[in-house]
Amino acid sequence: MIYFDHNASTPVRPEAVEAMTRALAELHANPSSLHRAGQRARAALERAREQVAGLVHCRPHEVVFVSGGTEGDHAGLIGAAWALEGRGRRLGVSAIEHHAVHGAAEVLARGGFAIEHLPVGPEGWVNPASLDVLPADTTVVAVMLANNETGVLQPVAGIAERAHARGLRLHCDAVQAAGKVPVDCERLGVDYLVISGHKLGGPKGVGALVVRGGAPCEALFRGSAHEGGRRGGTENLPGIVGLGAACAGAARELDAEQARLLALRERLESGLRAAFPDAVVHGAAAPRLPNTVNVSIPGARSDHMLMALDARGVEVSAGAACASGAVEPSPVLAAMGVPGALAVCALRLSLGRGSTADEVDAALGALVESARAARALAPELAAGPPR
Amino acid sequence: MREVYADHAATTAPAPEVVEAMRAHASRGRFGNASSVHRRGEAAREAVEEARGRLARLVGALPEEIVFTATGSEANNLALKGVLAAAPAGRTRIVISAIEHPSVIETARHLASRGVPLSVVPVGAEGILDPAAVAAALGPDVALVSVMWVNNEVGTIQPVAEVAALAHAAGARMHCDAIQAVGKLPVDAAGAEVDLLSVAGHKFHGPLGAAALCVRRRTRLVPLIHGGRQERSRRAGTEDLPAIAGLGVAAERAAARLAADAARLAGLGGRLAEGLLAAVPGARLNGDRARRVPGIANVCFAGVDGEAVLHELDLLGVTVSTGSACSAGSPGPSHVLRAMGLSAEDAHASVRFSLGGETSEDDVDYILEVTPAVVSRLRALDRPAMPGRASGVR
Repeated sequence: MIYFDHNASTPVRPEAVEAMTRALAELHANPSSLHRAGQRARAALERAREQVAGLVHCRPHEVVFVSGGTEGDHAGLIGAAWALEGRGRRLGVSAIEHHAVHGAAEVLARGGFAIEHLPVGPEGWVNPASLDVLPADTTVVAVMLANNETGVLQPVAGIAERAHARGLRLHCDAVQAAGKVPVDCERLGVDYLVISGHKLGGPKGVGALVVRGGAPCEALFRGSAHEGGRRGGTENLPGIVGLGAACAGAARELDAEQARLLALRERLESGLRAAFPDAVVHGAAAPRLPNTVNVSIPGARSDHMLMALDARGVEVSAGAACASGAVEPSPVLAAMGVPGALAVCALRLSLGRGSTADEVDAALGALVESARAARALAPELAAGPPR
Repeated sequence: MREVYADHAATTAPAPEVVEAMRAHASRGRFGNASSVHRRGEAAREAVEEARGRLARLVGALPEEIVFTATGSEANNLALKGVLAAAPAGRTRIVISAIEHPSVIETARHLASRGVPLSVVPVGAEGILDPAAVAAALGPDVALVSVMWVNNEVGTIQPVAEVAALAHAAGARMHCDAIQAVGKLPVDAAGAEVDLLSVAGHKFHGPLGAAALCVRRRTRLVPLIHGGRQERSRRAGTEDLPAIAGLGVAAERAAARLAADAARLAGLGGRLAEGLLAAVPGARLNGDRARRVPGIANVCFAGVDGEAVLHELDLLGVTVSTGSACSAGSPGPSHVLRAMGLSAEDAHASVRFSLGGETSEDDVDYILEVTPAVVSRLRALDRPAMPGRASGVR
């Protein structure tokens, strides 16, 4: 089985499994409890907070543990919008955000907030100058660090500068970037930043929202004083220590892994170009994550490709996993202006820690066979010129 | 030194079979995203559905009525905010009891700060809500009534079915935080006719990080977390498969052991409470003696600081809490004990002992052996009850 769907979810790193197993076996108490067992749990929680802070370069007390990227995006964006409500009820959201951010914007829209969408160019990135046209009552802008479908890295530092010059706060979904490229909250200048455990070798069910420098943020879940009053609910300690261990491991291996994955990506892309001279790699000209290839093989519809590849032991995804089940072309590719006939052929291959050159070569072979089968299934696509 | 964990109301250790299920699902080869279409994603989806069926059976709900959340607090937040946002025009008020968990009280207060009218119904000295008091608070403007099944600090059982009938007669929806009841008492959402019911796995030997809101059919709810179609669009976010699978196993385990555990705990809890009252002069049991879950004994040791008792017992290997873990370290006496009419001083002097499935007769003997001496030693120091810190974690 060749797993090229690491942007959907990653295997849990051994050190994370070990940390979780230890927590499950030894740290049973509630970290809010005053007794020693509770304080031992608390100490493990704070150690994990430092490990997360180490990966994304923020202060430990700025880290708020949440149940994953989706909750983190809601807690950051909704929390900021409500906290800044006195100054306006409008936010700017890039057109290529993950469903989690669009979903949070939708919750706010139902609450009477206005949403402005920031466009992207054909290479899939947001131009910082697009912030200049946002109306004066805008309070928060959301731009992700790396797009989950194309891997295109957004110019977040430049966007933060423009945002702050206008008194706007910046929310950044770094779920796909963390662990794959360096993420430095201070250098990026973001106010809110989100990571997710299961995208970087940690467990599912845990993530972190970083609220920097006391940026205003109302709690999404009210309750007791957990997480400094920023998130009610008993902390998921095994998950949190797993996230901490995964962050520490990812930070340690970041440089080497980044270079290794980039070489694999280049091998995959040159193989694709050789096999399919008409293949289009989306966002190819932009800076991208080292592990992600979003490619359209004209005439080979992605749902047919997915099934054909799965039958050959290669697991990939069409667009984002969260959009699976939907047949419409990806909104991210649509925002980049990719024609519909090409967009319905988009495949996302995302490599990870266990991926090897042999797997890349084997996947290329499977892609060639699968494309032949897929093209036969949709002759109308193969015959018609891309619109 | 003997170690006796008597803080099961704060959290319980995951059962070995729960840990095993989590390990199996977390191990390599089973890390699919349940929303992915490939075969691994398919297997993950089946595991989520199996757990959903198991939890539904434990709480008397249909599988499709279970919405998995990360925590019980999230479930309570979702119930209040979600129902209110979906309520028909003219129904804007929330009615809660004075002894709800902070995740209900603080959510209701937050909504009140945004203009949502709130009625807080008092409880009697025994820590039990009087349905007549709820009836008096109801009216045609009420959207939701929220009353817990079992109070987390004193263990008293609330008249949930009666309150639900009253709420429905007034055209309101009924939410019940059953987090301290599930696994300890038979909980039947359909039988009690509640519309929404909150459950948290880690209170009955399931994992942290997996909880649920049961949203019964024909109950309208606006999601708090949107984007992605997980949980039938009622709660977005990639499912925490190992934790959800663990929750399913814990639910099945609890269902199988419920009757036997309850009978055993009734014996142990009764012996603990009676023993403490007999051995410690002036000790009083907080909350009704009969209508309570068997494993919780909240005892007022008048004249001492409950937190000092906690730390002294901790050094002797006995883990207890003051009030609840969720309010540990927060200033002010327990809102539950205050609502029951205890003075601030008596509230600060109260300690919660909560027993669980692995508590033995010897454990109870040990608590009864060491606690009276701790209290009399502290009383001998003649220190006044310390104001400031009180009340512990749920």
